[in-house]
Amino acid sequence: MSRFQVVSGKGGTGKTTVAAALALALATEGKRTLLVEVEGRQGIAQLFETEALPYEERKIAVAPGGGEVFALAIDAELALLDYLQMFYRLGSAGRALKKLGAVDFATTIAPGVRDVLLTGKACEAVRRKDKRGRFAYDHVVMDAPPTGRITRFLNVNDEVAGLAKIGPIHNQAQAVMRVLKSPQTAVHLVTLLEEMPVQETVDGIAELRAAALPVGRVLVNMVRAEVLPSPVPQDVRRTDVAKALSRAGLGGARRGGLAEQLVDPLLEQASQYEERVALERRQRAELTELGLPVTELELLPEGIDLAGLYRLAAELRTQGVS
Amino acid sequence: MTLDPAPALDVDALLDDPETRIVVCCGAGGVGKTTTAAALGLRAAERGRRVVVLTIDPARRLAQSMGIDSLDNTPRRVKGIEPVAGAEPQNGEEREERGAAEPAPGELHAMMLDMKRTFDEIVEAHADPERARAILENPFYQSLSAGFAGTQEYMAMEKLGQLRAEGDWDLIVVDTPPSRSALDFLDAPGRLGSFLDGKFIRVLMAPAKVGGRAGMKFLNVGMSMMTGTLGKLLGGQFLRDVQTFVAAMDTMFGGFRTRADATYRLLQAPGTAFLVVAAPERDALREAAYFVERLAADRMPLAGLVLNRVHDSGAARLSAERALAAAENLDEARIVDQEGGKKALRTTPESPDRAAAPAERGSENDPRESDSDPGGSEDDSTAAADSSTDAAGRLAAGLLRLHAERMQLIAREQRTRDRFTALHPEVAVAEVAALPGDVHDLAGLRDIGTRLAADGARAADDDDGTRS
Repeated sequence: MSRFQVVSGKGGTGKTTVAAALALALATEGKRTLLVEVEGRQGIAQLFETEALPYEERKIAVAPGGGEVFALAIDAELALLDYLQMFYRLGSAGRALKKLGAVDFATTIAPGVRDVLLTGKACEAVRRKDKRGRFAYDHVVMDAPPTGRITRFLNVNDEVAGLAKIGPIHNQAQAVMRVLKSPQTAVHLVTLLEEMPVQETVDGIAELRAAALPVGRVLVNMVRAEVLPSPVPQDVRRTDVAKALSRAGLGGARRGGLAEQLVDPLLEQASQYEERVALERRQRAELTELGLPVTELELLPEGIDLAGLYRLAAELRTQGVS
Repeated sequence: MTLDPAPALDVDALLDDPETRIVVCCGAGGVGKTTTAAALGLRAAERGRRVVVLTIDPARRLAQSMGIDSLDNTPRRVKGIEPVAGAEPQNGEEREERGAAEPAPGELHAMMLDMKRTFDEIVEAHADPERARAILENPFYQSLSAGFAGTQEYMAMEKLGQLRAEGDWDLIVVDTPPSRSALDFLDAPGRLGSFLDGKFIRVLMAPAKVGGRAGMKFLNVGMSMMTGTLGKLLGGQFLRDVQTFVAAMDTMFGGFRTRADATYRLLQAPGTAFLVVAAPERDALREAAYFVERLAADRMPLAGLVLNRVHDSGAARLSAERALAAAENLDEARIVDQEGGKKALRTTPESPDRAAAPAERGSENDPRESDSDPGGSEDDSTAAADSSTDAAGRLAAGLLRLHAERMQLIAREQRTRDRFTALHPEVAVAEVAALPGDVHDLAGLRDIGTRLAADGARAADDDDGTRS
């Protein structure tokens, strides 16, 4: 099981939710996981119904079975000052750099420095050991940028190592790439059974593979349970359906009766449903062709709250993802 | 408490208005922003305007839906534009020539932002050939222009400025980049501008220049130390690359800043309309509310909210609870049937007493419906009728469960929307009903355009009704 699990996915597929559920699922008895956020959206805090996370690792949940989940929202600017402090013990000089706009420059303008800092901080947490030589966290889960940007985001250290050919940034970038390209890391993509997210997943995996980044699994989120047989049986007569609805207590089955009036709209919904199920089957087949483990997570009809998050975590454990 | 429904957004009025020159679609990722932009562009073109749609990163299928295999940095004409009946022609002359029912179709062009190409073009346009080459070959520039935080947003605004300046277009529809946060596309131009104008650049370029005045001497020493530090941190070669790049770009900086400011003002000007795109889901609407507030803070003109993927039902008066209860009735009947032989169920529809019994369970039954059903199958008391009754019962139970699911979804969507409307009651809304699949062709985009405009058209009719 990879120690660093990166969760990406197209916008709207629920990657933050899946990352959080995965962090919970991995925190089995006696284990510690760190859930890392890099886009400054405070999505983790919202999910766990806590106040905004500072740039500091803090415990946010106890997983079923007693493991612990810590969370960290990485702030690029503070991470940069961290590094300066670490490498140069720049106290006041760091502040002066900030005044000059150098920190702004480094974190928002300079190519990739921001991404280097974010991945760098996460990799530092992956490698960190306590005094007894044990890993500080058994797993680190990152709620990463979306599929369209993930390869570039993870690979930026290669680019920076090429730009900054010597010096600590160069060394740091190379150290990060060693972690990211090793089996210690797995990049998972979250998708829905819809055309555009699946297409992006297929493209994203091709990009990750081309960059020699380790692809983990495909997590299909919000999978709807089947309520009707599909295809919907065609040999049932309209009048029989009307009669059945009438038997169920929904009014008269005669022409113009309440139950009879329901038949058309209900059959229309069924045909939309059929169309959707057929489309979902095609998407599922396309995902299967990727040759990766595929995990499906059910749609929680009431949306995601804390209880829903634990349910997804339990499902991930059952399916052996953790 | 019930809320007043949000006002309807009249999309056609917005697209037809010759004063509307730019429509910016913004919103969270995954809500159908790009598709909305394309559908709006198509509709405006078919209503007689000369339109260009600037997309940032369209799915391949979307480009293909416009009959273009791959979009690039140059507007490509989309074929297959058809005039829409009922659209008003753009000027009086045409109206006389063609009559109001047949407006001239406009044109639709589509393009995809190529960040690097756009950046290169700016360099080529604003620097002499030798300097341009020096910039284009600089490794720092190559990395900068290929896209990191902010460049995409900046280049989208730059391209918008260019398209507007060309003057070829009646209407420019812009899709915004999937930003890390809602702020990025508004902030990036200013951020890049302030960086390029900033002290830091001057420090990088020539520390000696800054220390002209006596009072700056100390600062100058500090700055030398700073560049020294940066050199150590980044490696000397990288810093030299940056310095070379900055020096080569020196003359262009003023231009960047000026254009970024001009584009920002263009966005605030009348003639620009922002549409916030969302889906009726918690996160998407939370983001939408944030956009609305942000646009107001920046005094950007908001036209309204486009709400994609809204569900409805033709059987909305049957509630989820009743549908589920009815489905259970059918299941029970089947279980009874299986346990006690086929008799019970078969006789159910045939016996007036039994037919009346389930009807009483319903809460709002029409009395005239409690009579037995004259469907005509009473006489086929054969095994075939049995199994068809059974099959119908199973199907009906499934249909009811599906309906209950749909009604629950509609209720959830309504709750999230109510929350948005409570916060921003003034924002006009155009709803687009959910489609079972994705858009594959112009017909699909046209269909979305029709759905987009439907609410507004209805509202406009109502207004006419009250006035007359």
